[in-house]
Amino acid sequence: MTDLMTHKIRIATTSLAGCFGCHMSFLDIDERFFTLCEHVVFDRSPFTDIKHLGEHVDVGLIEGGLCNAENVSTLREFRDHVKILVAVGACAINGGIPAMRNHIPLKECLEESYLVAVGIDSPQIPNDPELPLLLDRVRPIHEVVKVDYFLPGCPPSAEVFWTFLTDLMAGREPQIPEAQIHFD
Amino acid sequence: MDQKTLTIDGVELSFDPRQTIMEAAAAAGVYIPHLCHHPDFKPHGSCKLCTVKVNGRFASACTLPAAEGQEVLNKTLELNQLRTRITQMLFVEGNHFCPGCEISGHCKLQATAYGLGMLDSHFPHFYPARRVDASHPDIMLDLDRCILCELCVRASRDMDGKSVFGIAGRGMESHLVVAAESGALVDTLIEVSDRAAHVCPVGAILIKHTAYEKPIGQRRYDHHPIQAALLQEDQGD
Ligand code: SF4
Ligand code: SF4
Ligand code: FES
Repeated sequence: MTDLMTHKIRIATTSLAGCFGCHMSFLDIDERFFTLCEHVVFDRSPFTDIKHLGEHVDVGLIEGGLCNAENVSTLREFRDHVKILVAVGACAINGGIPAMRNHIPLKECLEESYLVAVGIDSPQIPNDPELPLLLDRVRPIHEVVKVDYFLPGCPPSAEVFWTFLTDLMAGREPQIPEAQIHFD
Repeated sequence: MDQKTLTIDGVELSFDPRQTIMEAAAAAGVYIPHLCHHPDFKPHGSCKLCTVKVNGRFASACTLPAAEGQEVLNKTLELNQLRTRITQMLFVEGNHFCPGCEISGHCKLQATAYGLGMLDSHFPHFYPARRVDASHPDIMLDLDRCILCELCVRASRDMDGKSVFGIAGRGMESHLVVAAESGALVDTLIEVSDRAAHVCPVGAILIKHTAYEKPIGQRRYDHHPIQAALLQEDQGD
């Protein structure tokens, strides 16, 4: 399970319908990042700004659920290219805060945000063809692709990332201890 | 007098013949996961989280009377996997957004999930449209999180003598209702000092103006091992 050139584990990361909080929490491993970089190399990720996945990626970390068509195609690209797909954080696992719109019809959500809310000038619902189309409901990623591991938390603490990654680097089956399991 | 005994996971314990398996276990310091059971109320037997194997057959520990010589299995991989699936079903059939929930850190459903090592919801989410009732000045009702354990029903009927709560509908349509023509909590007899206002194991019945009082790190289940905390509550809240 290694990069062909460097014998390092290749990791890709992305944020779909998330807030980047999970990525920030990942960075909270602080100086342990140096140790990590001795063993892993980052592929597509906001850390590298690489836009598409390479051929042989070992681990894909997905933050955020699915709220639009682009989220779905990104998730599928990850599933097609990575060996181990990981749902990171509450939004990837159950839709999270964005899914709180799910019982309100999409039309009403858009009207509330862009037409009737206070303080709006030139009210109009954005419809530029560049904008990805919204899904009628926000979905967790396991409803669309197979997910291999789940790291709960909003966000998962740095310790959760570290447990998962050190288990992986040591070739152990990742196991999150009870004390590190949190849904908030 | 002969002490009556049974075994749980091979460990012998004595019991009082009036006890259920759940009560005998709690008295002996053995945790059996549960949500609709509460030591102060008549057993209800609806959540099935307390499912154990008694002499090889599945049974609810909160309703089955303890009996001489029972061989009870509790903490097995099979039973905990079943309990995890039940817990996941409770999560997906309601709207449980823990990061934004007032009761997070104090919630028995959440704590039970942690204790079972639940990491994901496994099933597709229903995201049902449920009612929120903020009509009462002191008490808030958010049915997004109701798990239909009927503890509030039992507390209001059997302790407060008011029967403010009831369950209406069947199957997927089951939902909590309140005893008022208008359907609003403010028009019922409930008061903030009622037991029913404080018995909810999740964040469905909330006391207003008390949310987020304890910071993260100091909440009931933040550090206390969940099983020990729940057991302590059962032995005398
Ligand atoms: S009631 Fe419990 S499980 Fe549900 S959202 Fe609140 S903390 Fe989470
Ligand atoms: S409101 Fe709370 S106590 Fe009442 S049935 Fe629902 S979960 Fe149980
Ligand atoms: S605790 Fe026994 S069925 Fe709910």
